[in-house]
Amino acid sequence: MSEQVLATLEKKFGEAIASTHIELGDACAVVDPQKLLEIATFLRDDPAMAFDVPVFCTCNDRLGEEPRFEVFYALLSLEHKHRIRLICRLPEDKPEIQSLSGLWKGFGWLERETYDMYGIHFEGHGDLRRLYMYDEFEGYPLRKDYPKDKRQPLVRRDFSST
Amino acid sequence: MGLELTTTRIEDAANWARKFSFFSYPFVTACCGMEYMSVTSPKYDIARFGAEFPRFSPRQSDLMMVVGTITERQGPVLKRIYDQMAEPKWALAFGVCASTGGFYQNYSTMPGADQVIPIDVYVPGCPPRPEQVLDAIILLQNRVQEARGHSQVRDKRAKLAAESG
Ligand code: SF4
Repeated sequence: MSEQVLATLEKKFGEAIASTHIELGDACAVVDPQKLLEIATFLRDDPAMAFDVPVFCTCNDRLGEEPRFEVFYALLSLEHKHRIRLICRLPEDKPEIQSLSGLWKGFGWLERETYDMYGIHFEGHGDLRRLYMYDEFEGYPLRKDYPKDKRQPLVRRDFSST
Repeated sequence: MGLELTTTRIEDAANWARKFSFFSYPFVTACCGMEYMSVTSPKYDIARFGAEFPRFSPRQSDLMMVVGTITERQGPVLKRIYDQMAEPKWALAFGVCASTGGFYQNYSTMPGADQVIPIDVYVPGCPPRPEQVLDAIILLQNRVQEARGHSQVRDKRAKLAAESG
């Protein structure tokens, strides 16, 4: 089932699909970040695709490799019972990608979380604020180069008086 | 009929009353909350120590029970609630997360609630057994009777400083 989706995508978008593979039963397509919005719109609106569930969106930090970041979007079609994972590779110095929250509202918070944890900028999101961390927090904690025990306290007790 | 007489100091009498009437404020944030529930259940009968009433308003309570993981983001909230509690007040760290941060060593978890508020008794365990918590309550009672609680000591120091000018 999902293989058909990959075949259709490759036929329709050609160059924009860098590669495809099946991972643990999930169809994955590495797509050109510039074309992501176009491909996603097709996946949502075409009756043979009909992806209507935004399952998740997250990022993978492959420190030391270039392009460094991999942003994932997982989609599910309840009607056709098929899934697909869209993968976009983004360079370290410009981690920017088009937001899919306009197509599926459910991606809104997931993109905010990805921004919060990995510092990926989603263009056209409209409300890209930190989701879990506080506004004073500097850096992106789930990036591999964030020191694992670095803390950024908001308050500390005055130890001199007790 | 002979005359029966007991002498004591007002402070000792007050502390005796305080130690048998803890009003706890459960600041429950994580999995330790399950064990907190069993502590307050009839099986362990915390009422034996006079501490059976949780109060969900800080103004009516004098024992802060920090139950569970405290994140850096919660720090200001914890401090504000503690500041709102009536004096004299005590704080108990329930579980390793509240005591030291436990097994969390990361960007978000505070390494122990004592970074923000003074803690009187630490209860280890992940989560602690209810018996440990009862033991901690007894330790805290002794501390209250001997006026060694953080807020009591602070109070005394302030009075001494005021007297000596
Ligand atoms: S000490 Fe253990 S049980 Fe308690 S909050 Fe931490 S992780 Fe959960």
